[in-house]
Formats: sequence, structure tokens, C-alpha cells
Amino acid sequence: MASVSHAAPARPGSPRWRRGEGLRALLWLSPWLVGVSVFFVYPLLATVYFSFHRYDLFTLEFAGLDNYRYLLKDPRVVTSAKNTLWLVAFMVPAQVLFSLAVAQLVTMLKAGVGLFRTIFYLPTLVPAVAGTVTFVFLMNPATGPWNQFLAVFGITGPDWFGDPAWSKPSLTLLALWGCGNTMVIFLAALLDVPKHLYEAAAIDGAGAWRRFRSVTLPMISPVLMFSAVTGVIYALQYFTQAMIASRVASGATDSAGSNFIPGYPDESLLTLPQWLFHVGFRDYSMGYACVLALLLFGTSMIFTLVLLRQFRRAEESS
Amino acid sequence: MSVTVTAPSPAGVRGARRTGAAPRRRRMLVWVATHALAIALALMFLAPPLFLALTALMTDEQALTSELWPRTWNWENFATVFAKSELLRWTANTLLYAGLGTVFMLVSSVPVAYALARFRFRGRRLAFLLVITTMMLPPQVVAVPVYLIWARAGLTDSLWPLILPMLLGDAYSIFLLRQFLISIPRDYTDAARVDGCSDLRTLFKVVLPMARPAIAAVALFQFFYCWNDYYGPLLYGGVAQEGWTLSVGLATFKAFHSVQWNLTMAATLLVTAPVIVLFFFAQRVFIEGVTLTGVKG
Repeated sequence: MASVSHAAPARPGSPRWRRGEGLRALLWLSPWLVGVSVFFVYPLLATVYFSFHRYDLFTLEFAGLDNYRYLLKDPRVVTSAKNTLWLVAFMVPAQVLFSLAVAQLVTMLKAGVGLFRTIFYLPTLVPAVAGTVTFVFLMNPATGPWNQFLAVFGITGPDWFGDPAWSKPSLTLLALWGCGNTMVIFLAALLDVPKHLYEAAAIDGAGAWRRFRSVTLPMISPVLMFSAVTGVIYALQYFTQAMIASRVASGATDSAGSNFIPGYPDESLLTLPQWLFHVGFRDYSMGYACVLALLLFGTSMIFTLVLLRQFRRAEESS
Repeated sequence: MSVTVTAPSPAGVRGARRTGAAPRRRRMLVWVATHALAIALALMFLAPPLFLALTALMTDEQALTSELWPRTWNWENFATVFAKSELLRWTANTLLYAGLGTVFMLVSSVPVAYALARFRFRGRRLAFLLVITTMMLPPQVVAVPVYLIWARAGLTDSLWPLILPMLLGDAYSIFLLRQFLISIPRDYTDAARVDGCSDLRTLFKVVLPMARPAIAAVALFQFFYCWNDYYGPLLYGGVAQEGWTLSVGLATFKAFHSVQWNLTMAATLLVTAPVIVLFFFAQRVFIEGVTLTGVKG
């Protein structure tokens, strides 16, 4: 990020109205600059400061590296890191590939393209809480229709959200259902691929799969990359669906002061943002929560930097 | 996962006119295969809301069974949800959050996006990088100090910590608007400037009319984001039900009506329906907006 080349300042020969553009820009940007300072830069520095302290909202005492030492011993950090890794390794690829497949399918339709696109997009609009509650109901083993549907094919469905081995795959199904945004982006990219490339490939005798690999994939790879990286960034902040699934499936009320530890069943849905939330705003161990926040910051920053490189390449080529 | 779509052949099927080898029959097969697959998939996508609606209309007793079709249509469930929860209050809170949040965001983010897209100044790229960085970093990273700021201001247990910062710009909206504004040909704004228009006048008379679709998209996204947001209201909504939004209320709903799936589903339907209705009025704005996020990167 440091090696940014700056836009040239107004040259002496440029029109009169261009002069002083820097100052005018500063004026236009000032509300946002205040916002970034107050709600981003300062909190980031404060997070580092608090991470060396014990802080429960009332007393603040210096703790040195205690919070960091605790991080290494905290079994829930390992659990939540493993869960996040699972999401990154399975959920993100599944969603990207599924969205691409659905988008590709839509491009092949000759009738009702708009209707199908709308149907596949709709679930994206369903509020995360509502969608998760619905899925916990649908996949509940006793009365939910999903296992009854599977039974038609002679499959005995598991206890989806109640079984630690199946809770994350269940959330992945929810994520596939909500693939609309990514699907629409892929659809636009696929429709942007020049038709003559396919025709040329077909004349050269390339089959359908060969055309997909040699024409479609290279043409849409920037969009693919963009979706994958943003997918990973969102997996790192995965919170609402995991938290709601745990709560609704377990029947627990997570009100302030309760002992409910998120992640039911068996901490299989415990993600780092949830653990951070619990530590900071249920246990009021603000100092330790800040250490977790820095861990989250470091990991997200790595992927954000990858994304920034993508942007820079796209901006330079345009 | 019951549906797997393997190796889809690309859009070029249309262009693939091979000589010989019964092309018409082949094309028919492809037509049937793609449409049957799409229809099956569409049914899978529509099944969750369908079962949601069916269960929402069941009686308490039937909701405990595994039957799928309501024996009697129990429309009172919706009235019961209103009677047994603070749904109206939650709706009012959600509307306040989403409405004011959207207006504040527009007032603050449009000028920032305009400046980033049109002014040439030192550090322009750095500012844009900052936009992307703040957009991408999880909100939890700065959660503790930001919470403390609001606690000191005495504003926790209200939605103001979520609404007020919108007056200082929203990174995601700035990013989207900027992506759109740089696609407006420079000649238009330059011409206005040469004619002696001030920056403000150029924004209002030249840029805003052209940017209407982008502004509509950003406003809708913001509204939906607030409507669906759970993390923010969970942090600041407080313990009293009066301060909750629909998301927070719905998340807690089942705990209070533990085995009554019919009521839970009725509440879920009531939270979801307005969003779907709004979408049908603004479908194009949405799809174009989403496309803008991913493609013009």
C-alpha cells in the first residue's frame, strides 16, 4: 500500500479551474476523513493499546503480554480458527463454483432468462436471520421437510444443525441458496465474453468443455478471483448465520449475562468474530477481545492486500 | 447437496453449428437438459419460502407433526405474532435505522465519491485504497473502542451508534458510487467547469442527473443492509425489547415460543415479505447495482 504513485498535482499549464483542486478535494472529503479517523484509525490504535491491558469497562490496568499469552492457551481460538479454515476451504469454493454453474446454466436458457435469474437471486434478499431460522426449521430432523424429501430417495438425513459433523455443511447449503449476488456478477461477466471467440473456437473444433476452459475461464478469471477473495474476507467475518443457527437449534437465549457459549452443537459453529463478541460484550474482557480483534485484523488484511493488487491491476488496464 | 451442476457447456452452444452429426436433435437435447435442470434448481430455490409459508399457516398442534400441508388455514397466526411480540415496535425501529441511515449515507457519501472520481489531487489513490480497506475489514476489528466511544457518549442501548456514523460516509457506498462516477465521460464535467460552474453546481446539474441509477442502487443496498443487519443492533439495541430491530427480535423469537414453529415461521415471513415486495418494484436497479460491484472492479 505504501508504494502508491500519486496523481500529478495541477500543472502550471492546466486550466484555471483545475488549480487548487487539492484543497477543494480536501473540503469535499473532510466529513469522510473525520469518519475514518474517529471510527477506524483511532479505534485501531486504541485496540492495540487495550490489548496490553485488563479492562472490564470500569477498571483499566496494565497487563503486559498477559492477553497475548492467554491467546496461545485459549482452546476456543483453536476451535474457531479450525472452523474458519473449514469455511474458507469448503464453503467459499462451493459457493463460487455453484454460482458460476448457475450463471452458466442461465446463459444457456433460451426462454425465461429474466424469470430464472430473479428466482435464483431472490434468496439473497431474505434477511440473514430469517434465512437461517428457516433453514434450521427445514432441516430439523423431526418435523422438517428436508429429511422427508431425502427419504423419498431412501436417504436417512442426519440431524443437520444438531450434529457437529453436519452443522457447517448445513450452513454451506444455506450459503448456496443465497448465491444470488455472486451469480449475477458471474452472469454479467459471462455475457460480456465476445461471441466471436466462441465461434472461432468452435470452427477450430473445440468441444463444449474445451471452449469453457480455453475461452470462458480466462475471460472471466478477474471476476472469479474477485469473488473468491471477497468470499474469503466474508468468511473471516462470518457471524450472523452461525450465531443464529446455534441459538435457534439449541433453543438457548443469549441475553447479556447468560452463560451460553456460542457455537452449538459442540462449538462446531464457533467463529472468531463470535468468540470475540462473547469475550468482549458478554464477559466484558475488553483487553483480550482486542487481542482477538488484532488477530482478525491481521488475517483480513492479508486478503485485503491481495484484493487491492487486483484493483490496481484492473485500474491500470482500464 | 442434492443438485450438482457439472461441466456446463458454455454459452457458445448456439454458435456451435457443426456440420453433420444431427445438429437439430442434439440442440433439442441440450434445450431439454438445460431447461429441466434450471426448472429443478428453481424449485429447490423456491422450496424454503414455500414450506415457510405453509408452516406459518398451520395450527399449533399440526406444526408439531411432520405433515407438510396445513389441515386448516390458520390465518390468525399472524395476528398472534403481533399480539405476542413487539413486532410493530421492532418494525418502527428498523424503519428508523434503515430510513435515516440511507438518507444520511447519501448526503455524506455522494460528495466523497464525486471528489474521488473527479478531482485530481495528491493522495487520491491513497484515499481510494483507504475506502477499499475500510470496506473490507470486518467491523469486529474495531468493535471494542467504537463501543466505548458510544458508551462514553451515553448512546448505547439505542440505534444512534449505527445511524449517526452514516453522516460521515459509508465506505461500501462510496466505493460503488465512485466506480460509477468514473465511467461518466470527463468531457461533461470539464465542459461545465469551463463554463464557470462551481463544483457544487456541476455535481447537482451534471453529475447527479446522470448518476441517478447508481444512487438508486446504493440507496437500496443501504436500506436492505440496515433492514437485514443483525450484528449492529445486537451490539447497541440493548436488553429491553423496545429497542430491538426486526433481526434481533426474530433471532430471539423462537426462544420465547420454543416449540411453536408455526408462529416462528409466521414472524419470519412478516420480516421477509417487505423486502421481497420492494425488490419487485426495483428489480432492475438491484441487478444493475450488483453487476457494478463485481465487474467494473
